[in-house]
Amino acid sequence: MELTRKDILGLSDFSVDEINLVLDTAESFREISTRTIKKVPTLRGITVINLFYEASTRTHTSFEIAAKRLSADAINISTSTSSVTKGETLADTAKTLEAMSPDIIVIRHACAGAPHILARLLGQSIINAGDGSHEHPTQALLDMLTIRQKKGTIEGLKVVLVGDIMNSRVARSNMYGLTRMGARVTVCGPAMLIPRGVEGMGVTVETNMQKALQDADVVMMLRMQFERQQGAVFPSVREYARLFCLTVPMLKEAKEDAIVMHPGPINRGIEIAPEVADGFRSVILDQVTNGVAVRMALLYLLAGGRQ
Amino acid sequence: MKLLLKGGRIVDPSQDIDETLDLLIEDGLIARIAPNLPTPEVGRDSGTAVVDLEGKTIVPGLLDMHTHLREPGHEYKETILSGTAAALAGGFTAVACMANTSPVNDNSSVTDFILRKAARADLARVYPVAAVSRNLEGEILTEFSDLKDAGAVALSDDGNPVATAGLMRRALEYAYSLSLPVISHCEDRSLTEGGAMNEGFVSTELGLPGIPAIAEDIMAARDIAIAEYTGTRVHIAHVSTAATVELVRDAKRRGIAVTAETAPHYFTLTDEALRSYSTDLKVYPPIRGSEDRDAVIGGLRDGTIDVIASDHAPHSSIEKDVEFAYAATGLIGLETSLALSLAMVEQGVISIGRLVEAMSVNPARILGVPGGTLRTGTAADVTVIDTTRAWTVDKNAFRSLSRNCPFHGRRLTGKALMTIVGGIIKYREDAKPL
Amino acid sequence: MVTENSKRIVMDAERIDRSIARIAYEILEDNKGADDLVIIAVRSGGIMLSRRIRKKIADIEGVVIPMGILDITLYRDDVIMTDKKPKMGETDIPFCLNDKKIILVDDVIFTGRTIRAAMDALIDFGRPRVIRLAVLVDRGHREIPIRPDYVGEKLPSSLWENVNVILSESGGDDEVVIL
Ligand SMILES: [Zn+2]
Repeated sequence: MELTRKDILGLSDFSVDEINLVLDTAESFREISTRTIKKVPTLRGITVINLFYEASTRTHTSFEIAAKRLSADAINISTSTSSVTKGETLADTAKTLEAMSPDIIVIRHACAGAPHILARLLGQSIINAGDGSHEHPTQALLDMLTIRQKKGTIEGLKVVLVGDIMNSRVARSNMYGLTRMGARVTVCGPAMLIPRGVEGMGVTVETNMQKALQDADVVMMLRMQFERQQGAVFPSVREYARLFCLTVPMLKEAKEDAIVMHPGPINRGIEIAPEVADGFRSVILDQVTNGVAVRMALLYLLAGGRQ
Repeated sequence: MKLLLKGGRIVDPSQDIDETLDLLIEDGLIARIAPNLPTPEVGRDSGTAVVDLEGKTIVPGLLDMHTHLREPGHEYKETILSGTAAALAGGFTAVACMANTSPVNDNSSVTDFILRKAARADLARVYPVAAVSRNLEGEILTEFSDLKDAGAVALSDDGNPVATAGLMRRALEYAYSLSLPVISHCEDRSLTEGGAMNEGFVSTELGLPGIPAIAEDIMAARDIAIAEYTGTRVHIAHVSTAATVELVRDAKRRGIAVTAETAPHYFTLTDEALRSYSTDLKVYPPIRGSEDRDAVIGGLRDGTIDVIASDHAPHSSIEKDVEFAYAATGLIGLETSLALSLAMVEQGVISIGRLVEAMSVNPARILGVPGGTLRTGTAADVTVIDTTRAWTVDKNAFRSLSRNCPFHGRRLTGKALMTIVGGIIKYREDAKPL
Repeated sequence: MVTENSKRIVMDAERIDRSIARIAYEILEDNKGADDLVIIAVRSGGIMLSRRIRKKIADIEGVVIPMGILDITLYRDDVIMTDKKPKMGETDIPFCLNDKKIILVDDVIFTGRTIRAAMDALIDFGRPRVIRLAVLVDRGHREIPIRPDYVGEKLPSSLWENVNVILSESGGDDEVVIL
């Protein structure tokens, strides 16, 4: 089994075998991060550009650590504004990057489809580190790795995603990945933040959180991005927390051994109560650790071979 | 100077003609249509050019009633010269151009400028559409009468909806009294704000903000209600949804003076095509799902939709080679509309006669301009079509200055061979581009 | 030509067992006992052989020396030259390597590149006092200057042949074959 694709743009077309390959490889990479010298020479001479159009300390750092632990040269380009405001088109940016001859470009962008445009224009491997409200494949892979570690398998589990489903790329990638791996996925959130036709992705919709959590093996809370919503989409943060905050009593609705996940950064007290976030059922820190391993695995599987 | 078109199949629904006949053009006018007109002997009557058009189709000059020529103001996207050259190559002898230029065509001096530029280009005829409201802002009505005198043939805030029902009501009433049609771009901005594509399963999968069909339907319903209440008429531009087709169908049944148009991309594509994130597919109204597409085809089939217009909207790479969310809205269509519409004939949706109605007769009637007929004594605006010619769309070969064509590389059948304006052959398929 | 029929047994179970015993004795002799000795097996060929050597040393010396497993995939010099990435195995070295005397064990030494990778990896785990190399079969054709300290058998083979070491848990069906 090998990863034959040039790019990692999303999980919408990932096969079960491909997901397993990435997870198995990532599992092997976890050990490296426990060593005294947390570095292997595998990707010496490989250049990874981390192109972040959107601020993200967490994902950015995770990719940088992953590249460095594999001895790749990581170059970070952060820009809070889009190329378009500088009068430079994405195509121009692509050509500039190509001239730096990187091997892999990791891109985070506020616009859905931006990585796809780069992938079409460039011969280099593109890894989508989150594009608008579209996909965040590496996050979903690390989530699946965490679930597999804690539950032994993904197949047959009931996973509940709670929050702003419409604007969540984490939700989309997880919906693709988890349903493909045989999980039963329920999405839950305010009715106006459930995107139209989402049932077509093979998930169940439930706007009542108590009902959604029944028999859940995994509760995945999404970050409520009040800043990304234009205008009055939801009445207030307070009202949101009333209905959708994962509190200790709320968590009782799920299975006794249910695990709690969150992609971070956490809005404490809004989508998740501090006692739950820091509680023994929370695997939030495992997610962070697994993030480095998954990204190392992807860099490793994508690098080289095509020169 | 005479021009004799011999042996072609003449399709002119305005006179109920569909048969193989000869057509003689004299002094810029249609002189005669009859079987086997005598071919002048070589040397004697050398003032007559004879073109053998056996197997070809001759129709009244096509009129595209919804284009954006971008001049004045955005000449890097299109000019009146390049746009009318593209029109000719697409088989159009005339185009109506929308008012959202810079400055906006909201006063007679801009209308006059457009007409002077068109006269200087001397290619296809240009019919300016003036703005309903000053600067398209939806607040103050433009001077309809002055604009009409300057040569505007219709009114539209296209690109924007007429923002309020109140303004639309007054516009319809006033325009009706001046015999000017109002073309409505139906879009409820409170529902489309931030939207990038049709709202549905595909937009959910792609994570692109959706534009719901109801944004169009609500405005179409509003404008039809106003037309009914005021006893005026309205033309609904670029219909893309099943519900709007049904609204128009129902309004016509009830005798309301509503007409409607659609564009080839709405009966050719579905939002599945957006999966490529190609910005050439970003357009308003957005390319819809298959149910809407089928309903638009149904509207063409039963005549609910009167007109096929391109909504030719040129944009340069500066606006299109960017992220989908930032890309400008619109696609070019002058040079592909005919072939895409002929596919509807090929598929048996409409007859060739209905196609000529939708692309020539009806637009001329709705705009109240000459054309749409090959009646003896009228200006000889004629399009000659080879309905069997297969070709591959090459956007780089277009006369248009812009390249935002989502059909690049597609195999199409049917092409304009010759476009004749006022008796003069302005375009020939085999001739070198202008 | 390599065919199914060209399989040839070059070491049988008894000969293998004698070689392992000799290696164990040599190791103990060189190191003057088992103090500070650790065995690191190169995954996956070296694992079974390491267990045998460890057991032999235990039989002789009465001491069970620590054993770790090293996966060298990430240290290979050809790993980014191919799309088809080798499947990684787990590295398991549950002790500190500082000042240890490491016996690095692999079943066959060929070009020497695997051992080069293994030594690079070991250095990343600490600073051992010495690293010595034990192999069951040395088939020649070295591409880099690496020489084993303990060799079961030198078996000159042609470049296109395959040397397979088959060691079973019981020890009964052991053999070294050339394919
Ligand atoms: Zn419009």
